[in-house]
Amino acid sequence: MTTAPPVSAPSGTVAIRSENLCRHYRMGETVIRAVDGVSLQVRAGEFVALLGSSGSGKSSVLNLVAGLDRPTSGSVIVGDRDLAKLSREELAKYRLRVVGMVFQSFNLIASMTLAENVELPLRFAEVDRGQRQNQAREALERVGLQARVDHRPSELSGGEQQRAALARALINRPQLLLADEPTGNLDSHTGTEIMEMVRQFNHELGMTVVMVTHERVLAERYAQRMIFLADGKLVDDRPNTPTLDGGQF
Amino acid sequence: MKLPDLTELALRNLRESLLRNSLTTIGISVGVASLVAMLSLGIGLQQLFSRRLAKSGLFDTVMVTSRRDLRGMGRDEERNGPPPGESRVLDESARLEMERLPNVLEAYPDIRFISELRYEDKPHLTMISALPSSAKSNESFDGMQGNFFTSDTAPEVILQKSFAEELLGKVPGRGIDETNVADLARPLLGKELTMRYAQRATSPAQPPSADAANPPDNSLSGAAYSVVSREQKLKIVGVSDLDPESMRGPTRAKVFLPLKLAQSLHIMQPTDLREVARAAGDQPVYSSVSVKVKNPAQVQAVEDAIKKMGFGTFSILDASRGLQQVFKVLYAFLGIFGSLALIVASIGIVNTLVMAILERRREIGIMKAIGASDGDVKKLFFAEAGAMGVLGGIVGVALGWIIGQVINLGTNIYLKRQGFPPEHFWAVPWWLVGFAILFAFLVSLVSGLYPAGRAARLDPVQALRYE
Repeated sequence: MTTAPPVSAPSGTVAIRSENLCRHYRMGETVIRAVDGVSLQVRAGEFVALLGSSGSGKSSVLNLVAGLDRPTSGSVIVGDRDLAKLSREELAKYRLRVVGMVFQSFNLIASMTLAENVELPLRFAEVDRGQRQNQAREALERVGLQARVDHRPSELSGGEQQRAALARALINRPQLLLADEPTGNLDSHTGTEIMEMVRQFNHELGMTVVMVTHERVLAERYAQRMIFLADGKLVDDRPNTPTLDGGQF
Repeated sequence: MKLPDLTELALRNLRESLLRNSLTTIGISVGVASLVAMLSLGIGLQQLFSRRLAKSGLFDTVMVTSRRDLRGMGRDEERNGPPPGESRVLDESARLEMERLPNVLEAYPDIRFISELRYEDKPHLTMISALPSSAKSNESFDGMQGNFFTSDTAPEVILQKSFAEELLGKVPGRGIDETNVADLARPLLGKELTMRYAQRATSPAQPPSADAANPPDNSLSGAAYSVVSREQKLKIVGVSDLDPESMRGPTRAKVFLPLKLAQSLHIMQPTDLREVARAAGDQPVYSSVSVKVKNPAQVQAVEDAIKKMGFGTFSILDASRGLQQVFKVLYAFLGIFGSLALIVASIGIVNTLVMAILERRREIGIMKAIGASDGDVKKLFFAEAGAMGVLGGIVGVALGWIIGQVINLGTNIYLKRQGFPPEHFWAVPWWLVGFAILFAFLVSLVSGLYPAGRAARLDPVQALRYE
């Protein structure tokens, strides 16, 4: 097992910084080191891809950055917040206001319409109903789903569901967009559509994007940096020039 | 999350598992219905007793007797206070003193005597009582045929139904008396009765001339009277269905005179003989005085004040105090039994919500991932439990009310067949409606405590992995 090479801080404001980040699980007598001493920095507005094979720890790192999980040791600092030191309540607020998440399996709530799904974070933020509905409509228009606002997720294609999930992730105008295999359940054409949207948000809204993927082609096409993980350790961190040929991956 | 959003989400979630949540809500409804049915039975029974007691007209009345009567109604008085021989005479000055007590509306003497009444030349012997004009408001005269006395001195009488039957030569049947009062009153109203009575006429004391060993007490001048037989024509103005003196037992009267008229007739009272040695001059002495209090809450204070004056007292509150205690115990038991079904139903809520957590594990994970706090998740499950409680409570109250009506109806049919008058012994007051719904809501919230806490503590990463 190699130790993660130290990552030099890129220029610009640091959005995410982790120091010797560890996440260990205990299963009976065995300790599983899902994340094992990962130190990295991500600049604000950067598009970073976390790559690695299955079980490499990339999703675990993403969950720690998302504030869904707490490190066993080390720290993960987003902006000026040390997530390890936040209370559960503060972590929930952090997820609500700073982070937008997109998952491989879309994770829309089946019993709600698209509009309701998209405006759900605003309910937690106690935004008034009128404003909430306007924002949800705008977000759905942005992802081209204005005609589907009253449909339930089961009535939509995978691509449409992921677009709705993107709209929901963006509704609170987060600083970070964290995507966990966002094209994993989509065909290549639809996947490209989604990735174009992610890139667009990264460029137009200046959002920092951290995307977990096991598809190197996809990372090379869209990410400005590629970070490789293996067995919970950071094994490579290299800049990338996105090809953006618009072709299918 | 704001309360309207919380409620909306909770109701939406309940609709998603309609059958299961409906069954749980029905469980709560049955529990609430059982509680409402039990308590409304208790309340209804208490109201029935209270109505019965109130009909006696004594709820706001204190009966005052002289301790010299030696037949005091309170045993305490026999033990405490001065011996009867040294206690005060219940005379006109005492009555006026009582009338001046705070919160006393009036104090009127209890004039009650047995006399002969002639109707169509037939003599009828009965107990006659005098009523003050305030007795007009007594519920017993609500359904009366005819009218109350035109004035407090009018030579008029009101008959009790059973005496009217006697005058008409009718024999009351056994069990329920279904004789129509209007039929009895028709031939009697406006007719005349002749009352024969013994009048107490004051006469100067005549010292016995021959008895030198027992010289007359000159300080008791005027304490002598003669008894004269008199007749008084009385017009029948009303026939009362109910018995306004049902609490008096064997001494209850069946014919009623206006009080002032009775006083002006100076009718001989049993106490006159006993108190002849103490009565000052022509001042009448009463066997008892009824003191009417402004409202039942002040009865105790007035009773105490009268006791301090040296008289014996009795009020229906004395009798009903024990009864109220019995009803409180009855309420507690009925409430406990009624609540049992609700407690069983609350286990259903716990089960339903725990199932919902299992089913919606991923949904909880999603909500947490997009910013829901532990508190939001907890409140959502609380709201679902509370909504089931409120819905169950509303349906349960309605169900309890229907059960009550059905049982009331059924029991009244049974009572009628047994020859008893119908009774309304089932009451669902508004406070019970509110209490039952609130209780169901609170029980549901308590039931939601564990599931809501469990949902709030879910690890979002684990929850999102759940398929």
